[in-house]
Amino acid sequence: MRHEIVEKNVGLLAVLILVVISFGGLAEIVPLFFQKQTTEPVDGLRPLTALELEGRGIYRREGCVGCHSQMIRPFRAETERYGHYSVAGEFIYEHNFLWGSKRTGPDLARVGGRYSDDWHRAHLYNPRDVVPESIMPAYPWLFENTLDGEDTPKKMRALRALGVPYTDEQIENATREVRGEQEITALVAYLQQLGTVLKDTR
Amino acid sequence: MNNLWGDSLSGFWSAWIIVITLGSIVFAFWLLYANRKTDKTPDAEGNVETTGHAADGIEEYDNPLPRWWFQLYVGTVIFSLGYLLLYPGLGNFAGLLGWTQEEQWEEEVARAEERFTPIFAQYQEVPIPELAEDGEAMQVAERIFQNNCAVCHGSNAQGGYGFPDLTDDEWLYGGEPDNIVATLRQGRNGLMPSWQQLGEENIENVTQFVLSLSGEEHDAAQAESGAATYASVCAACHGPDGTGNQALGAPNLTNDSWLYRQPGQPLEEAIRQTLRNGRNGHMPAQAAYIGEERVHLVAAYVYSLRQQD
Repeated sequence: MRHEIVEKNVGLLAVLILVVISFGGLAEIVPLFFQKQTTEPVDGLRPLTALELEGRGIYRREGCVGCHSQMIRPFRAETERYGHYSVAGEFIYEHNFLWGSKRTGPDLARVGGRYSDDWHRAHLYNPRDVVPESIMPAYPWLFENTLDGEDTPKKMRALRALGVPYTDEQIENATREVRGEQEITALVAYLQQLGTVLKDTR
Repeated sequence: MNNLWGDSLSGFWSAWIIVITLGSIVFAFWLLYANRKTDKTPDAEGNVETTGHAADGIEEYDNPLPRWWFQLYVGTVIFSLGYLLLYPGLGNFAGLLGWTQEEQWEEEVARAEERFTPIFAQYQEVPIPELAEDGEAMQVAERIFQNNCAVCHGSNAQGGYGFPDLTDDEWLYGGEPDNIVATLRQGRNGLMPSWQQLGEENIENVTQFVLSLSGEEHDAAQAESGAATYASVCAACHGPDGTGNQALGAPNLTNDSWLYRQPGQPLEEAIRQTLRNGRNGHMPAQAAYIGEERVHLVAAYVYSLRQQD
């Protein structure tokens, strides 16, 4: 074999490495865009409301995903604690995914409805007020900042371009719905709907 | 054998995966096989041409992989083919074992159910007051409490600002076994409306009257003028004498237990705040999360907490 040719031409070597690696992506990633489970929403899935969408933005901004996953794996230990395992059809309208990869805090994939709004507000203002053992940071500024909703329709239009079925009406009303709301209200609204599409499946 | 092919992908994409996966394995194997021997032949004196790399007078040979190493690679190829035959990996082909993640989870749950169901069924038979005396059952119940309830009610069950203390004698919705089970099963929604429309003066008067109900220090004159407002507005839920109504979850105002008093907050400030803004206490229903059997067990645990004092 004349492997010297490849080994002595770094450019050629790099191109061939890329070609070889791309086969993995072609077989493992590309078909996902055409697979039933990953392209069909589960029954009852709806796009986030304007307020929830803003809450999601805050969730991302504050880096919640760094310590909280949103992915319940199909193991009994997880489904006992968090509820039904996550399925791909729940994430059809998610751009980008907030699955996370690390659990310093608990998984949040089905936290919606688990605790009261008051609890979330108290907890986010200062986690130690309700859970003395907690090491989560406090987010008191969420109670001071309010949303103006200027960008909300743009975000919704961008999501619509990616296939999220927002109606013109929803986009039109978005700014009005979120203007003047506290950031905490938006974040709690987002948290309270997480995972609620599949529920009571015990 | 007819169940070996799923339908989550179209035929094209299924074939796409199969061709790329098997093609890659064949290619990797060919690459290995073609490189298993050197193409450098020794000359008459037994000297072999080197790659020409030299460092400190040592030259690099162009020898193939050692045989054992080559055989390890062959082993991985054989393993991958066996794996792809048994487990899902090739497009819609489900694998000869028919293994799925869901099934693995179901089996795991079924094993656990088999082990734990008799234990919970046994507890289910025991009336709550009796179960609350069973030390072993309460150990199990405490774990369930810590996992599901402690987040709001605290790991010591003493609650906090806005979250009821379960270790005292005060019950918003009643402390009998049936009440506790109902609370756990369906959850509770406590709603006190905001009374801002009464105006600040009336709010101040009612505040003084509410203070007087529990014998706290208060302004007698203001309390007296607040009494009428209380009777017409507040008594409907909290009762004419202020002892509350457990059917509505309206708290008793005549004792020294205050759900919505922040640590260190003057009591009258807390009452004023409640009157101005209203309160909305919400306990989510738990039956959907932990199931009836565990509801029974946790109810006994909560009941046992009350017994302590």
